[in-house]
Amino acid sequence: MNFENYMKIEFLSKSQNESFARVAVASFVSQLDPTIEEMADIKTAVSEAVTNAIIHGYDKSNEKVVIECKIIGNTIMIIIEDFGNGIDDIELARQPLYTSKPELERSGMGFTVMETFMDEVFVESHKGIGTKIQMTKRIKVAENGE
Amino acid sequence: MRLKLEVENNTLIIHLDGELDHHSTEEVREDIDNAIDSRNIKNIIFELSNMKFMDSSGVGVVIGRYKKVDKLGGVVGIVNSNPHVDKIFEMAGIYKIINKYDTKEEALGNM
Ligand SMILES: Nc1ncnc2c1ncn2[C@@H]1O[C@H](COP(=O)(O)OP(=O)(O)OP(=O)(O)O)[C@@H](O)[C@H]1O
Ligand SMILES: [Mg+2]
Repeated sequence: MNFENYMKIEFLSKSQNESFARVAVASFVSQLDPTIEEMADIKTAVSEAVTNAIIHGYDKSNEKVVIECKIIGNTIMIIIEDFGNGIDDIELARQPLYTSKPELERSGMGFTVMETFMDEVFVESHKGIGTKIQMTKRIKVAENGE
Repeated sequence: MRLKLEVENNTLIIHLDGELDHHSTEEVREDIDNAIDSRNIKNIIFELSNMKFMDSSGVGVVIGRYKKVDKLGGVVGIVNSNPHVDKIFEMAGIYKIINKYDTKEEALGNM
């Protein structure tokens, strides 16, 4: 096994579950002793990916969103997956301010936020099959005293 | 998310207390817009000292309200945003169109 700890949760694509997803990941990550700032970064990135699964992945139906987290040394890996619409053009989707839903007051900043707050963000998506976001962040080890 | 609205002359002061995400923006957007329409509002101040969490959904709400009052010749100010919120607003270029103030009084004085 190439990880020290692992968890998986699955929930319906309802907007009520956005805060649940943030809290669940945050409490799993807390074993790495992140700073308040690192924790805020992770919660925000999770919120972006989960919200995207709910808004863009599925149209109106409530379907499955899966989150997996792995701890590998001091790094947290978070995988957020939906099995919905998929993304047409990933490169375009990742551009700051690009949104396919301006009528819903989306600003097109979700991917930019994920990229800024995490160390790495990989996107895998196929039309009609779904979207998988894999993000990692290394938690800095606290220096004691000296 | 707890929404508190205050009116000072023709300025609407919006206190957003708690977590502002896609779920909670759906709950507050309509109340904010109703207040703008029904109370003869020109300017808006977002008071964020009790904001515990915000993601890009917050950017959408702020820019949406900016577009609304901009048409009426009004302006928008942001008060007491924390560093994390500032980082997201800066990424989105919000501070190019909206001023940031340290206090509500300072914001009101500039409107
Ligand atoms: N899980 C997904 N399934 C299908 N399309 C997606 C998914 N995630 C993102 N997209 C597409 O990528 C675009 C950009 O996503 P991004 O999160 O950057 O912006 P947004 O969600 O449109 O706006 P914001 O996140 O600022 O509210 C979306 O508008 C959508 O077209
Ligand atoms: Mg998004």
